[in-house]
Amino acid sequence: MELVIAAAIGILTTSGVWLILRSRTYQLIIGLALLSYAVNLFIFSMGRLRVNAPPVLDGSAPVDVAAYTDPIPQALVLTAIVISFATTALFLVVLIVSRGLTGSDHVDGREG
Amino acid sequence: MSSAPSNLVIAPILIPLLAGALMLFFNERERRLKTVLSVLSILTQMVISLSLLRTVHLDGQTPALVYLVGNWPAPIAINLVVDRLAAVMLMLTGALALPAILYAMERWDKVGPHFHSLFQFLLVGLNGAFLTGDLFNLFVFFEVMLAASYGLVLHGGGLQRVRSGMHYIAVNLVTSLIFLIGIAMVFGATGSLNLAEIALRAEWLEGFSRVALHVGLAMLGLAFLIKAGMWPLCFWLVPAYAAAAGPVAAVFAMLSKVGIYALLRLALLLPGTGAAFGSRVIFIGGAVTLAFASIGLLASQSMKRASAYFILISSGTLLAAFGISTPGGTAGALFYLLSSTLAVSAFFMLVELLEREQDAASGVLAVTQEAFGDSDEVDEEELEVGRVMPSALAVLGIGFTLLAMVLIGLPPLSGFLAKLSILTAVLGPGAGDLATLEGRRAILVVLLLVSGLVALIAMARMGIRTFWAPVEPFTPRVTVMEATPILMLLAMLIALSVLAGPVINLLQFTAADLHDPGRYLNAVLGAERVPPYAGREH
Repeated sequence: MELVIAAAIGILTTSGVWLILRSRTYQLIIGLALLSYAVNLFIFSMGRLRVNAPPVLDGSAPVDVAAYTDPIPQALVLTAIVISFATTALFLVVLIVSRGLTGSDHVDGREG
Repeated sequence: MSSAPSNLVIAPILIPLLAGALMLFFNERERRLKTVLSVLSILTQMVISLSLLRTVHLDGQTPALVYLVGNWPAPIAINLVVDRLAAVMLMLTGALALPAILYAMERWDKVGPHFHSLFQFLLVGLNGAFLTGDLFNLFVFFEVMLAASYGLVLHGGGLQRVRSGMHYIAVNLVTSLIFLIGIAMVFGATGSLNLAEIALRAEWLEGFSRVALHVGLAMLGLAFLIKAGMWPLCFWLVPAYAAAAGPVAAVFAMLSKVGIYALLRLALLLPGTGAAFGSRVIFIGGAVTLAFASIGLLASQSMKRASAYFILISSGTLLAAFGISTPGGTAGALFYLLSSTLAVSAFFMLVELLEREQDAASGVLAVTQEAFGDSDEVDEEELEVGRVMPSALAVLGIGFTLLAMVLIGLPPLSGFLAKLSILTAVLGPGAGDLATLEGRRAILVVLLLVSGLVALIAMARMGIRTFWAPVEPFTPRVTVMEATPILMLLAMLIALSVLAGPVINLLQFTAADLHDPGRYLNAVLGAERVPPYAGREH
């Protein structure tokens, strides 16, 4: 499982970095989205990968901490997803405005 | 100690948040109401920050006031911490925000929607970033600040703003992702997000965890240095700041200082030993930034670009001085931070008044004003409010000269005192224990003096071109309301020069606190819960 997650993060990051270095605004925004997925997975994996372990404590039985996964990265990922979602939406609006004003989808607003 | 002052700690976040949210309920036509709310909110914040500063500074027992959000016990709770540094930064934010909002009243808050709300949310982010004692909360407040700044940097619209604003947003989105990677690595290595707890645990880390922590801190540092504008991470800054509206650029002078603040806080706190983390990189980066910004300043044709380069000069000087990493140098650099931020902020507004007559941007302004409707109403109001300033050119000229003196570092104003105190810390008595840093000291001294000379040349050229020998003679039409904020900032700078003794005294205590992280750790980890719940633990 570690290998799969690591490969997924690596591939997403590589694609994301390649895309944000491209010159079209659409590629830029997709690149940012891919990068943010990679970062979210990375945060998630920093809480150590566990299968079949719940993050929320069950109060009815005596608590054995080792049976649970770390809940903090999950909360962090949730916040990070919301923030990157909002900023991506905002950025999309700016891209459309820029397209309208300059008539070009180049990141500098002009070709070449 | 009574619980009242520690509840005040959260007020600088709540007040602008409520004020900004409240203003969303009112139509754009209720501009006067919004302005009153804005000014009231900023004034309240200033009073509260002043009382926090007094409490923290005068009470020798508690180096920091801690507010435990939700009243959870100390290392678990998300905490807000006011120490001297945070309180000083809060005061500075208020001191910049008030003139900026007064300046915007005359003209800029009419050219786009929700200016006042965005401005208040920017203050939420700034104040929160200074107050928080938690790494992830620092990220959240950074994002609040950035989200508001995205709106503000585009305020007024126009091709120039959209183009440079898009670069600004793209760079900052990538920065946020780097910030998150850093947080995740620090959390993975130490298992905590509380700055104080991370600092404690960092000392005991070994092997791979230690490496992971250092890589994580380096990623965080990268994110902060992009915000602060260290070369070679600074190319986005000048176009974005030069294109932003005057009052927006004036308050953005504070945004780059947030990066510097976070860097200073983490570098000195986290290794837990008092020796700054990565001080060599910070020093070299600062020195190169200073050199780069000096060349950029000489090369810039427009005054707006020049004022953006002054931000970089200020960042470079601060980073280089912090890179020396001694309490004396840090105190001098903090004084320089106060002086240069106030001066650059005033300079942005002054430059706009001078350049808008000659500038193509004023055409854009007229168009956007029309696009947002009711141009007749605007005209009426301008007649009503806008009393034209008599002998505006003379007032602006004197303001320009005084600001130039501060920015260059000529006596007797605060810019000189700031540079003098940095130089004293590097060269003067007591600097003997710095023998190992011989090279850094020499470079810093040379760069400080050369950058002063370069600033002198650039400012003299700009002054002559604008006031003495303009290509086309012009009389700027400046209203009293537009000149007042600049005069306010000038008054603050003069007050800073006159009261330099007590201020430097305060900053020396601040620097001593920073270089002795134990005091911060004790205050945060020893924070007690509010009574009704505290008893139940036993």
